Amino acid sequence: MNIIVCIKQVPDTEAPIRIKADGSGIDDTGLTLVMNYYDEHATEAGLRLREQFGGTVTLVSVGAERVKEALRTGLAMGADDALLVSDPALAGADHLGIARVLAAVIRTLPHDVVICGKLSTDDNAATVGAALAEYLGLPQATAIAHLEMDGAGAGAVVHREVEGGVEVLAVPFPAVLTVERSLNEPRYPSLPGIMKARRKEIKTVTAEHLGLAADVGMAAARATLVRLSPPPARKAGRIVEGDADQAVAAIISFLKDEAKVLS
Amino acid sequence: MDFQLADEHRMVQATVREFARQEILPRAAALDHTPVFPSEIIQKAAALGLMGMVIPEAYGGAGMDPVSYVVAQEELARASAGLQTIITVNNSLVCDPIFHFGTEDQKRRYLPRLSSGASLGCYCLTEPAYGSDAMSLRTDARREADQWILRGTKAFVTNAVEADICIVYARTGPQPGARGISAFIVEKGFPGISVGKVEKKLGIKCSSTAEIVLDGCRVPASNLLGEPGTGGKIALTTLDGGRLGIAAQAVGIARAALEEAAAYAAGRRQFGRTIGEFQAIQWMLADMATRIDAARLLMLRAAYLRQQGTRYTREASMAKLFASETAMWVTHKAVQIFGGYGYIQDYPVERYFRDAKITEIYEGTSEIQRVVIARHLLEGHA
Repeated sequence: MNIIVCIKQVPDTEAPIRIKADGSGIDDTGLTLVMNYYDEHATEAGLRLREQFGGTVTLVSVGAERVKEALRTGLAMGADDALLVSDPALAGADHLGIARVLAAVIRTLPHDVVICGKLSTDDNAATVGAALAEYLGLPQATAIAHLEMDGAGAGAVVHREVEGGVEVLAVPFPAVLTVERSLNEPRYPSLPGIMKARRKEIKTVTAEHLGLAADVGMAAARATLVRLSPPPARKAGRIVEGDADQAVAAIISFLKDEAKVLS
Repeated sequence: MDFQLADEHRMVQATVREFARQEILPRAAALDHTPVFPSEIIQKAAALGLMGMVIPEAYGGAGMDPVSYVVAQEELARASAGLQTIITVNNSLVCDPIFHFGTEDQKRRYLPRLSSGASLGCYCLTEPAYGSDAMSLRTDARREADQWILRGTKAFVTNAVEADICIVYARTGPQPGARGISAFIVEKGFPGISVGKVEKKLGIKCSSTAEIVLDGCRVPASNLLGEPGTGGKIALTTLDGGRLGIAAQAVGIARAALEEAAAYAAGRRQFGRTIGEFQAIQWMLADMATRIDAARLLMLRAAYLRQQGTRYTREASMAKLFASETAMWVTHKAVQIFGGYGYIQDYPVERYFRDAKITEIYEGTSEIQRVVIARHLLEGHA
């Protein structure tokens, strides 16, 4: 089975985020970047399909040279190959632009299934996987929490957690799947895996190689970033003084009169 | 001169740090309060490649270098020194001598089991009456046809309760001291070996420490490790590597204490300000950090020399000596910064303080490390 997993490198969710003074983006100097957590689950899903059906897991990503670190994490987990589309012409691309680049590179690779994280933890758009399926002209199942293959590997039955229940879909392959974090528990990269990942060559291709250029960068973006701003600073809490009876009375009066959550 | 870790070392560090944060840290306090052997975590560590880290992949190991080894051990010890003890003994004191001194058959029989977590190893050198003076050990081995018959008692054996593969040193010849000693690979399943008294310890509580009793234990001749009479050399060579693991353990404990103390100092308020704003506390934190960095550099230098294949006995002793005394000093200061809260079990620093002490004692006391270092300084002047 030819399995493609799409990877994005994002700021570590535990790292403090600083926004550039002009609001044009985040300041990534000294920022720890990691593989998007959802993509770790996508990689795990790909590795399990390979364990079941054989074949290869190929990682693809779009971004700067440093994205290779995230790809190496996936190689260390056990993926066979990795490919990075890196091109200054892609700066400022929107989600649809990224999806078009991914579609173009995946078209050059044999693919029975394409797996993405449901969303990336940096901008939460949950758009690229769905758009990618459209550009590739493939069926899609998004935000899957359970995956059951048919015996021949010709398709899957997937579960999606929807409001108040579970939606069960049958998807014929080739298809695009985007995954929830509850789908599986990603393995740690093993130490021998890390060594092998270090020795593996990560191929880089440019937009021009893919026959894309002007139609995917900032000029082609249908959405533009107006500005980023930090969330408002949390106001200091108020400490209620006095014994228990007085304190309870003060808190109830606050909840009624100021917060207006009690009547 | 390059003071950066290489990419692969940073990846090992990140992987083991994340593993420790997810799998070990949440259970570290419980493993100290109600010590049970953490077999589930050990199995996960084995899947990662942590049980036979520097053993080549051909024998089931992870094929990593000594710098990766110490980097990983520091991360494990940062989370739980007791758990790291179990792992470092299996690596340094059991896998290493089998790999370096074992026959091809011994390597094939034992290393895959020890690296995969299917087996656990222990190291039986010390005896009740022979600790620092290990080369005077009395356990006796007598040849009978194609077997060796071992008699004696080994003391303070880490992993003794759970281990099924033991490296045992015994006297095979009349020569006094190291020259009469041989090493054996003894399986717990061999007739005549049993676990004796299980010790109750001050720290590193989730690793077992017990006596191993050899009462006419029958060991096949094919399980002699190395040549007869080379046991002393095997023991000392093995301890050079073991000391890297203990240096890393000490650095990990000390780092844990510093990180907790710095966070506490930044939050704890007295006299209307955080205690971190007082110079008395700042000086302690600064000295703690400086000593830890110095200890880590000594540890990395010794690991680097081992990687280069040069002799590193003196450097391993320096790293072990300085790191263990640093761990004791730093954890002592951390308890002081926490004040009363440092003395109670609700906070982890009292555990670090108790765990630190062993690093000054096992695999050669601080006094023995100084003897080793001084002997190298005086070599050639006699």
